[in-house]
Amino acid sequence: MSTAPDTSVLTTGPSADERAARAPWALTAPALMLFVGILVIPLAMTVMLSFHDWGQYKGIEPVFILKNWHEIATDPYYAEMFWRTFRVALLATLITAVFGAPEAYILNRMSGPWKSFFLLVILGPLLISVVARTLGWALLFGGNNGLVNKFLMSLGLIGSPLPFMFTETGMVVALAHVMMPFMVLSVWAALQRLDPQIENAALSLGASSFTIIRRIVLPQIMPGVLSGAIIVFSLSASAFATPAIIGGRRLKVAATLAYDEFLNTLNWPLGAAVAVLLLVALVLIVVGSNALIERRYAEVFR
Amino acid sequence: MRTNGPISLVFHTVFVVFMLAPIVVVCLVAFTPDGFLSLPTNGFSLRWFRAIASYPEFVRAFWVSLGLGALSSFVALLFAVPAALAIARYRFRGRDALSALFLSPLMIPHVVLGIAFLRFFTSIGIGGSFAALIIAHVLVVFPFALRLTLAAATGMDRSVEMAALSLGADDWTLFRRVTLPLILPGVVSGWALAFIQSFDDLTMTVFLATPGTETLPVRMFLYIQDNIDPLVTSVSASVIAITMTALVVLDRFYGLDRVLAGKSDAGQ
Repeated sequence: MSTAPDTSVLTTGPSADERAARAPWALTAPALMLFVGILVIPLAMTVMLSFHDWGQYKGIEPVFILKNWHEIATDPYYAEMFWRTFRVALLATLITAVFGAPEAYILNRMSGPWKSFFLLVILGPLLISVVARTLGWALLFGGNNGLVNKFLMSLGLIGSPLPFMFTETGMVVALAHVMMPFMVLSVWAALQRLDPQIENAALSLGASSFTIIRRIVLPQIMPGVLSGAIIVFSLSASAFATPAIIGGRRLKVAATLAYDEFLNTLNWPLGAAVAVLLLVALVLIVVGSNALIERRYAEVFR
Repeated sequence: MRTNGPISLVFHTVFVVFMLAPIVVVCLVAFTPDGFLSLPTNGFSLRWFRAIASYPEFVRAFWVSLGLGALSSFVALLFAVPAALAIARYRFRGRDALSALFLSPLMIPHVVLGIAFLRFFTSIGIGGSFAALIIAHVLVVFPFALRLTLAAATGMDRSVEMAALSLGADDWTLFRRVTLPLILPGVVSGWALAFIQSFDDLTMTVFLATPGTETLPVRMFLYIQDNIDPLVTSVSASVIAITMTALVVLDRFYGLDRVLAGKSDAGQ
């Protein structure tokens, strides 16, 4: 053999060790620098911005004051707006859980080709522009003779048209639709871990369908429902397009208010404070509920 | 496995109608021959699709979105592929923290990212430029590019690499001729999913776009804010058609279930 193979990469000599110790850092360094440069620094600047002063004529003044935070804490407008944000997100989450979980279960019981077809139909919208999907709801809601109202009235469910546009009801329905695929996907993943033989065993022991669902299926897919709920809640609470289009200019949520402060009022420090508060609240809620779920369902995750 | 009873099938039908209704309505209204919104439409016409051509803002926004999506997804991969290889192959101190950092754009609300970028780019003097949009989109689509590349790199059989090394291949040849072709399906799917994310993003981009750099979702959103007419439905229907095409291609290339599983944790 004229050229001996480079043994240093095949055996664990000192040079191979050194190489292995340096390689991961060399490979991740560009991405790490990218993230520090354009994620960590801008986020830190935003937090600082929320402590700056602002005036109609003087613009942004780089001083350290608590004015914006004080305004958010004391003006009931902000409390109401945050309360609306989380109320809408919570209701949308409930709807996705109540309808998405049974649908995932039904999908899971379908036979092969139907299963993949309907999975595509239900999950596909996830990749379709949120603006287009919300526009669809605006068309369906539109005015008193919108299709949704005509449909509900023909079923006899309501006597007179309900207002959907520019209301929280409309926001909740449209948000639930936009977020539904996340819930179905999450419950679907939990269902894949479920052993169908346990259901059959319960059936052979004389359990009714209702008992099987309540005592066997539900407890096992509950972690999937809850982790889906966390995803849906955090995305709904920070949603922008749907509340902006359905809610109109009056009915503000955190994301649309921050947008207004930045691009209409131009009070950047106040807008930054709203955004930072939203971020902190969401991180606390997500981390807190994740910890709760993991403790409660330690058995299932093991 | 038990089968679905009649109640389940009724529930399923209602559910599917609910999921498809808004999308179908947009596509139906787009073909209206009337000059106003009407449901149901009386007749069929392509006039509102032809009308897109005479509204240059939408056409320009479409090209901006296309270029932005293609370019930012490509740049994201330049950073994500080496990072994915490092995370897939080495156990090193700080590995978990690094993966968490790299996936963090999924957790941060896009409105916060939009504000942070607007503040940052304005203060370094590139606010409102196309370059600023690219940088912002690279960061937002990075997790998707990383995730699919990571999945491919983790499942890769490394014996071929060992063979190439033993035959004297240098690092670059090894990567170009062996590693990259092996992880290519993951890389291409990562690019495609990143592209869709970039192409669809409104919340962050609406803070950064200026009249010259408006993307299609931003243009559509601002248009809807003023009024809703059949023109914006034909634009939306075109966007839906483009996305569907991308979905089919993605499904052929990689399997849609795997792509969607990669997206499922968005927001976590």
